[in-house]
Amino acid sequence: MEAARSDETLRPATADGHAGPAWPLGKPWPEAQPLGSGPPPDDIMIEFRDLYKSFGEKHILRGVTMAIPKGVSTVIMGGSGTGKSVTIKHVVGLLKADQGEVWVHGENVDELSKDGLDQLRLKIGFLFQSGALFDSMTVYEQMDFVLKRHTDLDADGRKDRIMETLEWVNLPKTTSQYPSELSGGQRKRIGLARSIILQPDIMVYDEPTTGLDPISVRVVSNLINRLRDERGITSMTITHDLLCAEMISDHVFYLLDGVYAESGTLAEVAQSDKPEIREFFGDEYAMMFKTVRDGA
Amino acid sequence: MASKPAILNLSAFTEGLARVGEFGSFVGDFFKRFWRPPFEWKEVWRQMDEVGVKSFLLTAVTGLAIGVVLAMQSRGTLARFGAEAVLPKMLALSLVKEIGPVFTSLVLAGRVGAGIGAEIGSMRVTEQIDALEVGSLKPYNYLVITRVIACVVMFPILTVWADAIGLFGGFMESYIVGNVDYRVFFASAFDSLTFPDIIVDTGKTAIFGFIVASVSSFLGYTVRGGTREVGQAAMQSVVTSILLILVADVIVVAVSLALFAPD
Ligand SMILES: Nc1ncnc2c1ncn2[C@@H]1O[C@H](COP(=O)(O)OP(=O)(O)OP(=O)(O)O)[C@@H](O)[C@H]1O
Ligand SMILES: [Mg+2]
Repeated sequence: MEAARSDETLRPATADGHAGPAWPLGKPWPEAQPLGSGPPPDDIMIEFRDLYKSFGEKHILRGVTMAIPKGVSTVIMGGSGTGKSVTIKHVVGLLKADQGEVWVHGENVDELSKDGLDQLRLKIGFLFQSGALFDSMTVYEQMDFVLKRHTDLDADGRKDRIMETLEWVNLPKTTSQYPSELSGGQRKRIGLARSIILQPDIMVYDEPTTGLDPISVRVVSNLINRLRDERGITSMTITHDLLCAEMISDHVFYLLDGVYAESGTLAEVAQSDKPEIREFFGDEYAMMFKTVRDGA
Repeated sequence: MASKPAILNLSAFTEGLARVGEFGSFVGDFFKRFWRPPFEWKEVWRQMDEVGVKSFLLTAVTGLAIGVVLAMQSRGTLARFGAEAVLPKMLALSLVKEIGPVFTSLVLAGRVGAGIGAEIGSMRVTEQIDALEVGSLKPYNYLVITRVIACVVMFPILTVWADAIGLFGGFMESYIVGNVDYRVFFASAFDSLTFPDIIVDTGKTAIFGFIVASVSSFLGYTVRGGTREVGQAAMQSVVTSILLILVADVIVVAVSLALFAPD
């Protein structure tokens, strides 16, 4: 696979914030390289190679293989408890593969030293399913904590960055509040703000819109798109939310029985032949795509 | 699981051993990472406030009660031998050498151990520790090292405080019952104490503080599950800390007697 294609894979930002595909349309989705073949090509940001993960007798992941190119927004779908969160935790080394390789930013995650892993993690923003805000700190303090530790900004610079980031998630007035004083949806959005504050090149979102009202779903989905369009961020998003998936997905992976059994655009995955996947989306949803396609 | 006869429960035994090994490497990490940045001085300060300042009242009440009760109990016995005059000496010795340090540490194990176990445990199950990890924020330094330092520093300070209040309680009792002059009482009390005694016997509570903080942090840090497990971790933190304090006390006393044998 030839490298140095990164310019055209970065989508140009357009006035309405809506942009063309990062991985050019019609270009076949990249395949992951075989195990033991070293780093993937430069334009592949995340690559799983035959990943296995079990907890005791529970075999959760059984041969996950996928490649995610730079600047693309991918969505992971699948039933509850199938291992979606487990998959993305491998990207930041929170879980170690039993077997297989995980390549992120050209590095084999499981082979990094502690310091190497910390360096890699600084380039990745991770939004936890639960938000995972630090209970003992106010909204401002937890963002400041991250900035103080990892940037050279002075107090004013940090304040500007924090306020700008809180504007992104539409919660500029929450600075002095503790997590326990926020609603579930607000916590999610503060978690999102905290995860983007270091301006990472990879974002991993675990159900960013769960528990949000439809307006906030659009706010967050638009934010994810803006991050991709304006900063060229590569992202993996777990979501069950079809509205969010429709808005943000360039490519969808569907996890079934420990492997990503279906991959393609949302429309392609929704029309899968597999009964479990059809059931997930519901026949009407698949029909809708079919109608649109046939009508077009 | 429950149906297995306890005597054949080898897996529980090996599991227990594995936990001990895990704890060993957890403590080993403390000595490895203690020297390296980030140094969380602000958080150490906050923990000292949490462990220390907020325990002042508790340890004061403990010390006062011990002092008063010890004086009341000993008075009768000593009177029978006509030895009431040695009461201040006896009080000072038993308070400073043994009862003060151990009682204070046990009471603190309850308050501080449960607090650390529950707080770190709930941070684990709500993924806050993972979030610190993913943010390259070194949760071990931030959560564990700070608490260990705070306990190692604050336990001896609180012990001195409890000892002082205890002596004062003993004096109050003597004053009310026997109208003892304070100069006589305290001169006699301090007369019996040597400086090395005070250092060793108060200093051993730094070890107890280390035990409480490291055990409780470990149990919180390694919680798996939900709120029920967090509650259990808090309870186990207290129980384990208390048992280990008592064991450590025996060892420290035996060693210090061997080293500085009184002649
Ligand atoms: N650290 C762990 N230890 C043991 N089992 C785990 C651990 N993490 C996840 N599991 C198990 O792995 C399975 C998959 O979990 P995961 O969180 O990935 O599900 P999910 O696909 O994200 O589901 P949901 O949509 O409900 O979030 C679950 O059965 C869970 O109990
Ligand atoms: Mg999940």
